[in-house]
Amino acid sequence: MKFSERWLREFVDPDLSTQALVDQLTMAGLEVDGVEPVAAALQGVVVGEIVAVNAHENADKLLVCTVDGGQGLQQVVCGAPNARVGIKVPYATIGAKLEDFKIKKAKLRGVESFGMLCSERELGLSDNHDGLMELPLEADNGMDIVDYLTLDDTCIEVDLTPNRGDCLGIKGIARETGLLNNLDLKITQVTAVKSIIEDIFPVHLDCPQTCPRFVGRIIRDVDLSVPSPLWLQEKLRRSGIRSIDSVVDVTNFVMLELNQPMHAYDLDRLDGGITVRLSKRGEQMTLLDGSSVELLEDTTLITDKSGPVGMAGIMGGDRTAVSTETKNIFLEAAFFTPLGVAGKARSYGMHTDACHRFERGVDYHGQVDAIERASALLLSIGGGKAGPTVDVSDQAQLPVKAAVKLRSSRVRRVLGTEIASTEIENILGRLDFPYSRIGTDDDVCWEVLSPSHRFDIAIEADLIEEVSRVYGYNNLPVTTPVSALRMLEAPEAAVKQFSMKKLLAARGYHEAITYSFVDEDLQGLLNSNDLAARLKNPLSADMAVMRTSLWSGLLKSAAYNQNRQQSRVRLFELGMVFRQSGETLCMESLVQELRISGLITGRRRPENWAETDAEVDFYDLKGDVEYLLGSDHAQEYEFHPCEHPALQTGQSARVLRNGNEVGYLGLLNSQVQARFDLRSPCYLFEFGVSEIGSRTVPQVNEVSRFPEIRRDIAVIVDSSIASSELRQVVTSNAGAFFHKLKLFDVYVGKGIENNSKSIGMGLTFQHPSRTLKDEEVNSAMEQIVTVMKTELNAKLRD
Amino acid sequence: MPELEQLQRAALKAIEESPDVSVLDQHRVDYLGKKGSLTERLKMLGQLPAAERPTAGAAINRVKAVLQAAIAGRRQSLEQAGLEDKQKAEAIDVTLPGRQVELGSLHPVTKVLERIEQFFASIGYEVVEGPEIEDDYHNFEALNIPRHHPARAMHDTFYLSDSLLLRTHTSPVQVRVMEARKPPYRIICPGRVFRVDTPDPSHLPMFHQVEGLLIDESSSFADLKGTIVEFLRVFFENNDLQVRFRPSYFPFTEPSAEVDVQCVNCLGEGHCRVCGSTGWLEIMGSGMVHPNVLEMSGIDSEKYTGFAFGMGPDRLAMLRYGVSDLRYFIDNDLRFLEQFS
Repeated sequence: MKFSERWLREFVDPDLSTQALVDQLTMAGLEVDGVEPVAAALQGVVVGEIVAVNAHENADKLLVCTVDGGQGLQQVVCGAPNARVGIKVPYATIGAKLEDFKIKKAKLRGVESFGMLCSERELGLSDNHDGLMELPLEADNGMDIVDYLTLDDTCIEVDLTPNRGDCLGIKGIARETGLLNNLDLKITQVTAVKSIIEDIFPVHLDCPQTCPRFVGRIIRDVDLSVPSPLWLQEKLRRSGIRSIDSVVDVTNFVMLELNQPMHAYDLDRLDGGITVRLSKRGEQMTLLDGSSVELLEDTTLITDKSGPVGMAGIMGGDRTAVSTETKNIFLEAAFFTPLGVAGKARSYGMHTDACHRFERGVDYHGQVDAIERASALLLSIGGGKAGPTVDVSDQAQLPVKAAVKLRSSRVRRVLGTEIASTEIENILGRLDFPYSRIGTDDDVCWEVLSPSHRFDIAIEADLIEEVSRVYGYNNLPVTTPVSALRMLEAPEAAVKQFSMKKLLAARGYHEAITYSFVDEDLQGLLNSNDLAARLKNPLSADMAVMRTSLWSGLLKSAAYNQNRQQSRVRLFELGMVFRQSGETLCMESLVQELRISGLITGRRRPENWAETDAEVDFYDLKGDVEYLLGSDHAQEYEFHPCEHPALQTGQSARVLRNGNEVGYLGLLNSQVQARFDLRSPCYLFEFGVSEIGSRTVPQVNEVSRFPEIRRDIAVIVDSSIASSELRQVVTSNAGAFFHKLKLFDVYVGKGIENNSKSIGMGLTFQHPSRTLKDEEVNSAMEQIVTVMKTELNAKLRD
Repeated sequence: MPELEQLQRAALKAIEESPDVSVLDQHRVDYLGKKGSLTERLKMLGQLPAAERPTAGAAINRVKAVLQAAIAGRRQSLEQAGLEDKQKAEAIDVTLPGRQVELGSLHPVTKVLERIEQFFASIGYEVVEGPEIEDDYHNFEALNIPRHHPARAMHDTFYLSDSLLLRTHTSPVQVRVMEARKPPYRIICPGRVFRVDTPDPSHLPMFHQVEGLLIDESSSFADLKGTIVEFLRVFFENNDLQVRFRPSYFPFTEPSAEVDVQCVNCLGEGHCRVCGSTGWLEIMGSGMVHPNVLEMSGIDSEKYTGFAFGMGPDRLAMLRYGVSDLRYFIDNDLRFLEQFS
């Protein structure tokens, strides 16, 4: 809601500066969003009359005007299309200051010009630069334009919350200002216009549940050629509304002043009486703005015999719209219920000033006043004869205000402080909320009614808010909550998300945050099995489906960095992925789970002098993964070679924990790498956060005090034998005193047959309670070698 | 005994001219070893007349002492020189950078979230998370925002179906807690939220929110104020930070308040791009939980009261770290992220 400060002060004029006034509104819950002067700072601009116009001798498009600016005649060169004899316009005299320049005597194409005739834009009034701003002819030549147009005014814009629809009119803002300053409104009554003619137009309410009141009046012999007076146009302009003609202007004006949207019909185009009814699906109508609408069910319509003439509370129809030919009008001020209007405009993709107000609720007792106010204004502008005001209403369907109970004990409980009963009554009084006091002195209670312009007072809490708001939130105390001390659970086995993130950060990974919605095609390359949930209204095609893996976000981020000369990238993300597990989309068929995922590409270490520039490989990634998984990995996790749509077979692994799949890691295959425009090979991992989010709470083994004996051997096995198999065979056949196995060498090449590899292992033996004998170790080693030979065809390397 | 003097002179010369420790050792053996020439002389003392022996013995021993001292001295200087040579040979450029185990980083929003969680955990708030794809009931209806409520226009929502959507705030997590458990509780609900917004310096279609909720039999608006003021002061590490509460409207709280904090950039001095020279920053929404919301989740609104608040960690991170454009948080540009190592 944007309005002129002067207009507000016509209703209530507290002794406050503009700044103090807007601060007060903001702190009362009407947040002021903008304060700006209604015009540029002007000096030396006066009302000037063009008394003569001559052609410019050197320029077709310029005119040489003679202007009476109150102090003799001056010659001014002007190029405006509407410059003509007899009009009055803003005239910037020599020495005048406009927003960013000063007017000096000038020669335009050889002709002297003493000042400038101005458009609205040049005065900083609006963006209108179509021609000179034309002033009413009764303006006095030479009068300062600032005084004439009352430009020492401010536009105030209030960003209203949906509960305060009552402040979508000047009167509402004035009521609020009045109560905050304990002032009465200067204007309270609207004077009724006497009817001169008897004509009334029949109105029938067919759906009183959405339109319980319709007030109408005929006005005949309206002269639409008379423009709205300047003061009215200026008020509209300062609320951001352009002047159209007197009828439209007046209905807009009343809406802004009294918060009652109105409509005017061309009476002669209405066919028979008006019926307000609900629409049937498929009905057609053309709106004021020329658009055609196919109606849905249950939209409230204003209709005549020929069909719809308006979408109630949203927009009027084209067929009965007021035009320049209009002579007789029928004015409408109705009450459409908030529930009847809510969401209707949106379902047609529309939003209008009218529906904005009706959705929030307008005063259901304000329709007659609106009609009277509009009639008086119209008659004063273009004359005409008013008929009687007809109020058609269904009292039973009008809102009923139930008394709401307010307990002083509850006020104390909710606000945490005592507000004196007299203070509460004072506030209710200023709010114009009728109340009666009940209850004992110990617990004073009131039954409170709210006025018909307030739609946000239904329960006690609403009244407590009103009381505290007017009392001032910042006058309420600040206390520390008191509560029973209770410790929070913290399972030791659980690995917190922050801990996982810190482990990866310690390994040089930077945390990324990428969108949860991704490109469907790119995601399809990474994960063709999972069904992605699709957005109905995505921002763009590359944000259309919910991610089933974190990889596409990380890969896009890697490409982004590579394109910015960052060849070494290490990123991780922890976030939710989504997949649809059934045909129909519902909460139950959606799996939403947290994953943690990482990507590395480029050099193993940052460029440095001490090492050659080795690129990362699978084992760099696996080392990071093992670090993330923690010491449990040796016992609980297994890495199996696997096939994965995004990974290169032979360099990818599926990870199991105690036999259950928990994630994947590997080298991105080259086709996918190309699709993401990545320059170098990328290695990726992804795990379920809850699957890896627990550790074993340690139960220690006794540490032996006796010496270890270590034996190193190297064996040659077929290259298809996985080290994990070898380890399995060795450790399960190493006897009772086996302690641990270190794999210290893997060799392929000279001296080793093709398709074979040499694996070096260090085996350690130890007895818990005595020193081992060599023979004991020797026999264990013999056993190991024998089993390796029979089970894996392994030969000892010479 | 000129012979002895001659020997001493020759020996001292040889010692002094020894080029390294091994030559020096050889000289030591030659003169002082078991078969060394000085040792031989000592052995031959017995052949002298008894009267001459003490004098002669003393003279030899004097020479021996002189040579021993000379050898020790020469050895020390040779060793010293050797050490110097070794150091010279093994000298490195100590100004070269060391081998790095370089650190990664946590995202600035994560850093802020961790601090928020710590502050609230320290006064007994539990962290609860919930689904990011929500149903209309938990995101709206249960929060007193029925279909067609004008407040829905404040939440431009991504829909997956008529009833499923991307949550527009983390308040639905509170609803899920209220449905599942009996009060009292103190919880915070951090997480991602979504609104249909084209990315620009101050909007992203995906951002974060932390909602807080306290419900018990005695909480009040004054407690809400106390909690928020204390949080903002510890978060911004400024005990004098001014905080103000403005009446506002959220369908799920009543009374509702918007919280403004004194601009942390200009501290209210004005002429500031961060606060637009107003001196205040809108930092969070808050209020007393609406009785309808309690009742819908099966909580007796007469017995229990509670307060809720919601803040944006992205905005807090911008203020805290001087970030001017929200899009930095989603670009994942390493040159940005590395600054949080």
